[in-house]
Amino acid sequence: MITEFIQFSLTPILIGILAGISCAIPGNFLILKSQALIGDAISHVVLPGIVVAFIFTGVISTIPMLLGAAGAAIVAVLLIEIIKRLGKIEPGAAMGVVFTGMFAFGVLILEQTDTSKVHLDVEHALMGNLESLIWLKAEGWESLFDRDALSTLPDELFRITLVCGLILFLTLIFWRWLKIVTFDEEYAKTIGIRSSLISFSLVIITAIAAVAAFESVGSIIVIAMFICPPAAARLMTNKLSTQVIWSIFFATLSAIFGYIIAGYGPHWFGGENAVSAAGMIAVFSGIILMLTCLYGPYRESVGQKKV
Amino acid sequence: MSSMSDNTNTSKITPPNSALEIQGLTVSYGDKTAIFSVDANFPKASMSAIIGPNGAGKSTLLKSVIGVQPKLSGQINIFGNPIKNNLKKIAYVPQRVSVDWDFPTNVMDVVQMGLYRQVGLLGRMRGKQTSIAMECLDRVGMADLWQQQIGQLSGGQQQRVFLARALAQDAEIYLLDEPFSGVDAATERAIIDVLKSLKSKNKSVIAVHHDLATVRDYFDYVLMINIKNIAEGLINETFTNENLQSTYGGKLELAHAEELSVSIDRTTT
Repeated sequence: MITEFIQFSLTPILIGILAGISCAIPGNFLILKSQALIGDAISHVVLPGIVVAFIFTGVISTIPMLLGAAGAAIVAVLLIEIIKRLGKIEPGAAMGVVFTGMFAFGVLILEQTDTSKVHLDVEHALMGNLESLIWLKAEGWESLFDRDALSTLPDELFRITLVCGLILFLTLIFWRWLKIVTFDEEYAKTIGIRSSLISFSLVIITAIAAVAAFESVGSIIVIAMFICPPAAARLMTNKLSTQVIWSIFFATLSAIFGYIIAGYGPHWFGGENAVSAAGMIAVFSGIILMLTCLYGPYRESVGQKKV
Repeated sequence: MSSMSDNTNTSKITPPNSALEIQGLTVSYGDKTAIFSVDANFPKASMSAIIGPNGAGKSTLLKSVIGVQPKLSGQINIFGNPIKNNLKKIAYVPQRVSVDWDFPTNVMDVVQMGLYRQVGLLGRMRGKQTSIAMECLDRVGMADLWQQQIGQLSGGQQQRVFLARALAQDAEIYLLDEPFSGVDAATERAIIDVLKSLKSKNKSVIAVHHDLATVRDYFDYVLMINIKNIAEGLINETFTNENLQSTYGGKLELAHAEELSVSIDRTTT
């Protein structure tokens, strides 16, 4: 039983947790800057970039995917500007068209591409392949100390650990700047902080989190984790540091329970097959947000206009 | 005509007496020129008002001085030296509506932001910084509320917190963007007392001001702008009907009526 859990569930849950945390941390700052949809937009726009990078390199690896995603982001910005000027429509509409259009284009070229040798298809793009990131060599907890067994851990785990560690590290180092730029960007400039550099770096970090999480967990989780855990966390506290810790906790909770319910839940109700883990993790994060909206201790203090 | 004579007037403010000197400042938003070739020279250890109708470029002027809004051209000097390496001598108090007060933080935290430059990116806030912040809160009459969540503050209290944050910077020049807009009478009194105490300590205060009825009471010096510099100089010589007419044009009567009714409201409450 334990061995089976370690073989089939431990790594996917860990990857789910780390991917969730990587997205949730920048999500806190995006939400407070009223830019929550940037995470959403980025995870849509990067798809064609990732697919094109894959077509050129033939492998799924983080650096080409990041470059592809960055290229796609630049194309998106240009397209938005062109549509805004030529069509004379409002920016929100231009963005909406470009994001969904590029995502759909990504799906189209993905379908036309020979991806039989690697795990990259439309379903993968949406749902990831969390369930396949298993650790067959594991024989029990003692495998955690066995070098041979450890070397067969899925590569995705190392990559997402690296990204999650990087995001945690940068957040701790630049905490004070992030906080003041998020609260009062103009004032931050007047005390010698390069606000636009910090804001730009936040978007870059968001893109890195989106791309790294994308390869293992798919865009559905990425979109959910940028918004749900931080939004729920805001309703639990009136302190920024506590909010970030709550968001990490909620992301972790969603990954663990979402994965377990997806894998074992249907059996409890007499069903035959497991449901999509990525989908269930996203749903679970939504349920947490709903519960905090109903019962969170600070929900009344948010969004109220004071005279 | 009047602007010519006033410009000669201002050239009398030489570096030892000049706090902030602006030469040929032009700023635009896209195709729209917000301020055009403005010269101004604000004296040291005094209280200066920047007045003008809506859209005259008052806030833009402050923002481009402090580097928040990029300028197309212009030279800005602080005590006779280029502003570039002297930014820390200026403290800026933005309009309180420019931020989201639902941000998860408390009063003490916001005031301590004024000390970020002093403690650096990773330096710790020690007891000394906390007591400086506390002292600044005390000066604006907010010491009791230091633990208050900022979302629970009234407009006047928000403005006082912003002023306390600027005080914590211990600057030489204080730039305030409409500090009295939408605040209660007690707060206006408290703020003006703090500003006057700054002046008495040889600090220079420059505020964008909306209420024409109080200009004479509060300030010694005035810059009247409407995209261009219309007039500037000592209140007694410059704050004249003629200059007001050229600054506000046809809008004056309306503006004046509005402002006067506001000041009447204030005296009755």
